[in-house]
Amino acid sequence: MRLLLKNILPLLLIVFVFNSFIKVSAQQPTSSSNFSGNFEINAQTYTSDSAIEAPNVSEKILSNGYLNLNYSYNNFAAGIRYEAYQNPLLGFDAGYKGSGIAYRFASFTNDNLTITAGNFYEQFGNGLILRTYEQKALGIDNALDGLRVVYAPIKGVTIKGFIGEQKVYFVKGSGLVRGIDGDFQLNDFIPGWDLKKLKIALGGSFVSKYEKDNIASRILPENVGATAGRIGLIYNKFSFDAEVAYKINDPSFDNKYIYKPGEAIYLNGTYSKKGLGIKITSKWIDNMSFRSERGASLNNLAINYLPAISKQYTYRLSTLYPYATQASGEAGFSGEVYYTLKPNSKLGGHYGTTISINASSVRDIGRTPPSNDTLGYESKIYSIGNDVFYQDFSLEVTKKITKTWKLIATYIYQVYDKNKIEGKTDFQQVTAHIGVIDLTKKITTNKSLRFEIQHLQTEQDKKNWAMALLEFTIAPHWSISTFDEWNYGNEDSHKQFHFYNFGLSYSKNSTTLGCSYARQRGGLLCVGGVCRQVYASNGFNINVTSRF
Amino acid sequence: MKKIIIVALIMFSGFIAQCQIATVNSDIVSTNLKSLDGKTINSSTFNNDGKPFIIDFWATWCKPCVAELNAIAENYSDWKTETGVKVIAISIDDSRTMASVAPFVAGKNWDYEVYLDPNSDFRRAMNVNNVPHTFLFDGKGKIVSQHNTYAPGDEEQLYEEIKKLTGK
Repeated sequence: MRLLLKNILPLLLIVFVFNSFIKVSAQQPTSSSNFSGNFEINAQTYTSDSAIEAPNVSEKILSNGYLNLNYSYNNFAAGIRYEAYQNPLLGFDAGYKGSGIAYRFASFTNDNLTITAGNFYEQFGNGLILRTYEQKALGIDNALDGLRVVYAPIKGVTIKGFIGEQKVYFVKGSGLVRGIDGDFQLNDFIPGWDLKKLKIALGGSFVSKYEKDNIASRILPENVGATAGRIGLIYNKFSFDAEVAYKINDPSFDNKYIYKPGEAIYLNGTYSKKGLGIKITSKWIDNMSFRSERGASLNNLAINYLPAISKQYTYRLSTLYPYATQASGEAGFSGEVYYTLKPNSKLGGHYGTTISINASSVRDIGRTPPSNDTLGYESKIYSIGNDVFYQDFSLEVTKKITKTWKLIATYIYQVYDKNKIEGKTDFQQVTAHIGVIDLTKKITTNKSLRFEIQHLQTEQDKKNWAMALLEFTIAPHWSISTFDEWNYGNEDSHKQFHFYNFGLSYSKNSTTLGCSYARQRGGLLCVGGVCRQVYASNGFNINVTSRF
Repeated sequence: MKKIIIVALIMFSGFIAQCQIATVNSDIVSTNLKSLDGKTINSSTFNNDGKPFIIDFWATWCKPCVAELNAIAENYSDWKTETGVKVIAISIDDSRTMASVAPFVAGKNWDYEVYLDPNSDFRRAMNVNNVPHTFLFDGKGKIVSQHNTYAPGDEEQLYEEIKKLTGK
């Protein structure tokens, strides 16, 4: 409550006064005001289930809830988010415990200037040296709290500058973050270039964090600067993007307090024409963890974002071994092809067939002993080490078989270094083969049945898994589903568990109400190469989302 | 000190707001997005010459999103001819998969206007909780209907609403 009074009431008062002031004085017949928001609550009951190692929850019921309110009047905008974790769902940090205004901002825009005061999310380039964002499923919200100015003096030029502290749960980290970024779309402002086939974009950014030297036994840099440059080229059907970043020495908990600088390179090339798309990616990062508190860990107070380059799978069994970016260093390559076989062709069939193929490989970087112990190790740019962290290959075929039957068939091959990725020590590298058949039968115009059969084969870890799913939907409101994941291959016959789920959901306009009963396996939940530990659980879940 | 700055900013914004030419009253919050050919586009410019349009939030990794956009794609040319409706697909893929969007869309043969929202700024501004989320706007940019989640057949309900809007 104190937080509420301190942070939000003055702001709301200002908005109210400002609003009445505008209404009286401006009286513009076509002025634009907009009030909107959204709401989400996720509540779960927990039943003891020691067999699957579901932790005992003394509260029995836990919930996470959010309410966003946004208001805009012509060029003025303001918003707040109220969050309540009573208490936080299992797997979310205890730091979230409680409730309050976790996010609030006010901003105004004129033709070429936007000023934001309060909380904001920002990303420079690919995020290699700056990305603040929220990802509720992962419990990530590293919003900055301060001031930001975005200035676009002419078409094609955008300059951004900000200063602020970072949010962690309901409080702020002790570091200060400052940054500036310039983005230049050359074809927009160089006379005569607007019709050129070659489009060129350039960008550069600088981010610095300040944190007092708080460890008596070391001499630590209080200001740590990072810089990045990027180029984007588009020519006809081809595109090429490159971003490189450099960070000065930044001893931290993550890098075991070594004084080595950090480097990152991220390259993407694509080819796109009707019916065919190709992407090739390469990434090389070395010691690029960048947080506004040097002692922070987990997903807390990250200033930058290091995207994973492996494919983001979503079928249940294909999420057993998800890759998480290794900020301490990794070298990776990946390629993707999307292709449509034409309708009424021999291979494409009557309705055509879409094929997507992907392959990726991520290894350690090449490391050599340091000339000076405080560096930890040395590495050459684009050096590749011997340790394989992750590899995958996948083939997915999407086909409409008849007017009412649709099929998605998927094969995935994965190599997964469980020790490295999950921070463990006594596991073997996992090699897995996964097959998925996903069939949809349209019964009437609004009723459908969907089946999924999945199988995962591996000689390591918990051995083989099988899964089956059945889902019945009545558009536009109802969905009822059930699935079972079965670890039938587990060597310990007492651990050949069934993890089952029964779900019902009702959706109307922008509101969705879902409830389910699940015995859920633990593991890693990953989005964008950033992961959170999910604990095994047994109980009912209620989820409500709404937008207004 | 910070509060003084905020007050000053807001007062100043009031001043600026009065000097501005007012924009059309639309439910689309102004946010910058990137087009697939690298241009910066402001969402407040979204329109369809007075005809209805759809804004669909999706991502390459979201199976129901892709199923919905595939289902619309099957009939999209008929929809366009009969009602003049347009689909604007907003990808919330972040920098991990953002570069895949153009080849993905090309490989699927989709004929939509596609924009990138890599840090979810537009998703947040439109208060979208998660993908897929589909809005139907009338010719003036007012939300007529919306749904999140996708079930096969949703697209037919959507088309009925479009026909109602256009009097077809």
